[in-house]
Amino acid sequence: MLEFKEVTKKFEGNDYPSVHKLNLKVERGEFVVFIGPSGCGKTTTMKMINRLIEPSSGEILVDGVNVLKQNAVQLRRSIGYVIQQIGLMPHMTVGENISLVGSLLKWNKEKQKERAKELISLVDLPEDYLTRYPHELSGGQQQRIGVLRALATNPPLILMDEPFGALDPITRDSLQEEFKKLQREMDKTIVFVTHDMDEAIKLADKIVIMNKGEIVQVGTPDDILRHPANEFVEDFIGKDRLLESRPEVTRVEQIMNPNPITIEEESSLKEAIQKMHAKRVDSLLVVDESGILKGYVDIEMIDSNYKKKNQVYEVMDTAKYAVDKNSLLRDTMYRMLRRGSSYVPVVSDNNKLAGIVTRATLADMVYNTIWGDETADGNAID
Amino acid sequence: MQTMMDTLSSYGWDLLDKTGEHLYISIAAIVLGVLVAVPLGILLTRIPSKAADRFISFIGILQTVPSLAILAFLMPFLGVGVIPAIIALFIYSVLPILRNTYTGVMEVNTSLKEAGKGMGMTTFEIIRKVELPLALPVIMSGIRFATVYLIGWATLAAFIGGGGLGDLIFDGLNLYKPELIVLGTVPATILALVASGLLSLLEKGLTPRALRKTV
Repeated sequence: MLEFKEVTKKFEGNDYPSVHKLNLKVERGEFVVFIGPSGCGKTTTMKMINRLIEPSSGEILVDGVNVLKQNAVQLRRSIGYVIQQIGLMPHMTVGENISLVGSLLKWNKEKQKERAKELISLVDLPEDYLTRYPHELSGGQQQRIGVLRALATNPPLILMDEPFGALDPITRDSLQEEFKKLQREMDKTIVFVTHDMDEAIKLADKIVIMNKGEIVQVGTPDDILRHPANEFVEDFIGKDRLLESRPEVTRVEQIMNPNPITIEEESSLKEAIQKMHAKRVDSLLVVDESGILKGYVDIEMIDSNYKKKNQVYEVMDTAKYAVDKNSLLRDTMYRMLRRGSSYVPVVSDNNKLAGIVTRATLADMVYNTIWGDETADGNAID
Repeated sequence: MQTMMDTLSSYGWDLLDKTGEHLYISIAAIVLGVLVAVPLGILLTRIPSKAADRFISFIGILQTVPSLAILAFLMPFLGVGVIPAIIALFIYSVLPILRNTYTGVMEVNTSLKEAGKGMGMTTFEIIRKVELPLALPVIMSGIRFATVYLIGWATLAAFIGGGGLGDLIFDGLNLYKPELIVLGTVPATILALVASGLLSLLEKGLTPRALRKTV
């Protein structure tokens, strides 16, 4: 659909290229978000696609054809374009604005009107808005029209330059959702520029993080949150978001303590109490000889049965409340907090004990996310 | 007052004639001014603003040359009559129209121009569909200013045989007949006021609906 080959742009008078040897492939129907700090070259990259900026070297192919070999005006008419400042023509009605590209392509009036009606129904605005002027609409409504204008001639590719950046957060949110839905339904390829990471995570199929004219990382939102390529990406995503996102995508296995303190079910209560004392814990996970989780025993059970029973399996609680090591931390965290339990054993297939997540583990995770120190050596049961 | 009425009755037809000439000279000069200054103003918006500013200041300097001097100066080249008068007045109409066209077009929101370009408008389409409609109120006020100005100055056309109400004024001066001077001056003033009024109505009518509130 869209391909960048070694694309470089150096503006006159600048020491460094704004975009440096950029290579990227975008598939049909993909929603690609370019993100980075200001001056990273994201907008320049986008504007080179419809030749609002001409690349210094390299090739940009749209559907396999080099854009530099096409007539710039024809090219732009075949690509949708939405800008941050909305850019509706104030002297034209909403309908005329939507039909602008149609009128450039010399569509007849009937076809233009037909299409405008069709489109305005997509965003749940009444049809009589078509005869109003842009200044009579709210900012959110104006940008809806801005998006419709880009969709009017049904171009397969749409470029969007921070289209929701100037809107208030609530309007922005609803427009993002609306637009994402629209994009999926219409199967458009979108190239979207933003500096808002939340927006990128919400909308993108593929995020392209740029810095100083180069691509730092390309990946799905999940990829990038889980495996930030380097410190720059981490910083850019932001500690807060990593913290928030970690339970979203982190699996229990990644943060559990893999060496829980256990006792075999055949052991005596005396051994159990010694182990508790030695490890400074108040409960133990009970396993059989092959490591299958059987239950747990705590100091209270031992205390009340010490005189009557001898072996661990006689007093232990067999309630096998455990989580799978592949489950999401988010769910586990929620479950622990709801139950008020201080730990949860982690098992792999066949109920084999794999590790343990304690409240201390969670504290470590939060601590690491904030301070960035990899000093997690979670102690077993607290 | 009696002399005034007498003069009016004896110069009545003459007055109409002269007013007609006067209007003809002024309108011709203004139309010529619009035809030259508007495209030139738009052209100036396409070149570096430093050069454009210099050019406008240069025209501004031309404007400071006394109008009588321009008329006298043009005589050896263009002779006398209506045409040189129109050309001289035209020179004076250029600056206000040019300056307003330039400013008006420059003030059109860049994001609108970019939106137009990004959607695939040609330069000509951007000028015709975006810049001109939006700059029109400013351009029109330049034209109105130039018109008022020119109707007054057109009286000087008589000096080089261009005719118009100036003839009456010069006759009055030569013959020591103050009522003739009044007879030439008052209609010129009225013409200027009427023209200004009509053009400002036109200006309002041409302002895009959406812009009316804010202007």
